[in-house]
Amino acid sequence: MNLNFLYHFGRYLLMIRTAIARPERFAMYWRETMRQMNDIGVGSLVIVALIAVFIGAVTAVQFAYQLQDSFVPKYYIGYIVRDSTIIELAPTITCLVLAGKVGSNIAAEIGGMRQKEHIDAMEIMGVNTAAYLIMPKVIAAVIVIPLLVCIAAFVSILGGYLASVPGGLITDAEYIRGLRSFFVEYNVFMMIVKAVVFAYILTTVSAYQGYYVKGGSIELGQASTQAVVYSDILILLADYIIALILTS
Amino acid sequence: MIRTEQIFKSFDDTDVLKGITTSFEKGKTNLIIGRSGAGKTVLLKLLVGLLEPTSGAIWYDDINFCELNKKQRRAIRMEVGMLFQGSALFDSMTVEENIRFPLDMFTKKTRKEKLNRVNYCLERVNLEGSNHKYPSEISGGMQKRVGIARSIVLEPRYLFCDEPNSGLDPKTSMVIDELIRSITIENDITTVINTHDMNSVMEIGDNIALLYQGELAWQGNKDEVLNSDNKILDEFIFASPFLQRLRDAALNNNVSIKPDK
Repeated sequence: MNLNFLYHFGRYLLMIRTAIARPERFAMYWRETMRQMNDIGVGSLVIVALIAVFIGAVTAVQFAYQLQDSFVPKYYIGYIVRDSTIIELAPTITCLVLAGKVGSNIAAEIGGMRQKEHIDAMEIMGVNTAAYLIMPKVIAAVIVIPLLVCIAAFVSILGGYLASVPGGLITDAEYIRGLRSFFVEYNVFMMIVKAVVFAYILTTVSAYQGYYVKGGSIELGQASTQAVVYSDILILLADYIIALILTS
Repeated sequence: MIRTEQIFKSFDDTDVLKGITTSFEKGKTNLIIGRSGAGKTVLLKLLVGLLEPTSGAIWYDDINFCELNKKQRRAIRMEVGMLFQGSALFDSMTVEENIRFPLDMFTKKTRKEKLNRVNYCLERVNLEGSNHKYPSEISGGMQKRVGIARSIVLEPRYLFCDEPNSGLDPKTSMVIDELIRSITIENDITTVINTHDMNSVMEIGDNIALLYQGELAWQGNKDEVLNSDNKILDEFIFASPFLQRLRDAALNNNVSIKPDK
């Protein structure tokens, strides 16, 4: 079990080392990165916004329920929605969802290319396939996913507003006051750090699963599933480590 | 010219290739033939570096390919074209984009120069005007021809073809064979074809290597095939009762079934 882990970890590091190389033709890598930015960013916008609005709404409603008959001021609802969203929910939930959507897609795309001999064909042409197939995805993800996370945080706070103000849980002024209270800029930095790290994890782990896939469609399905499972586990582990480091 | 020296290849405890020493000559269509499981595909993959030999050497002219690092190998691969059994065309790209891919990746040609080269290659494989079709919109034979066009677009010195006739009807197979042969002669390149198509053996086999259970069982050319007393070759070539009857009839009636030179 341990040796198996070391085998995969070593092969993962070798893949990353090979992928970090000077592009054969910069324009081709640029084009591929742009395509990936569109696929990952624009392609995930709706699902990310949809999830974020409900996360904000549920956080607001749940916290309003906790505050019933308590001495804690109601404007704290806005404060809690903002901080829980920025520090934890926006980066983590968004990236867990993206691991499912983007990660499985990356594993299936690269794995399909491996099985259909597209990767062999590129290798024989002289293309560094690890670099061409993986780096544009990683670069696109570490740029676009933090932007998605920022959008998710904004939409989540909006969701909290929509769930609490029109429903009469809290007034408009109270919610806005909560949003403006005790704001710490460092939390936004923490959110961005998490988004970048999670983006790196979900793309490279998924690419690894696809790049080394063997067998047929069943194995490709397994690789796709493993990409999501391992990405999710590593994202949660990284979340804990980042929290420890950045809050110590 | 490509040479192999005492190539051994094992997977776990199974020896797939056992000391293959042979050569593939420039300007000729070199065939690797043998029954399924004889080690043909493994040998071809070793030649292009998709697999590493357990021991032995592969020489591209004076360069030992096995001793090169990844970067040096990429330089050699710029001079290699390969046609895959399943064509391996990028299915999200059009025919033109598929053929243009190596040009986009490795040359500084202008857009117009690239298009001219793509159109020349398409014309060469008789597929003019198919630029904007997707691989899924064309037949298997056409896909093979697009694969050939892509493999020659960078004017390679070495061309490898893995079962170019598999899944094709006899007439289309002959067209593909003739195309590969004419490209080989025209460009004076070293072509290595992995096949078990008897028609290919008899029509374009300038240099034939027969593999049997991982060993080189026979080597010669298409003219020597019919005169050989090698039992393994005889069993392979005349495996079908139809060909056996044809040979017997030809012998009984003193008729030559040798291909035209």
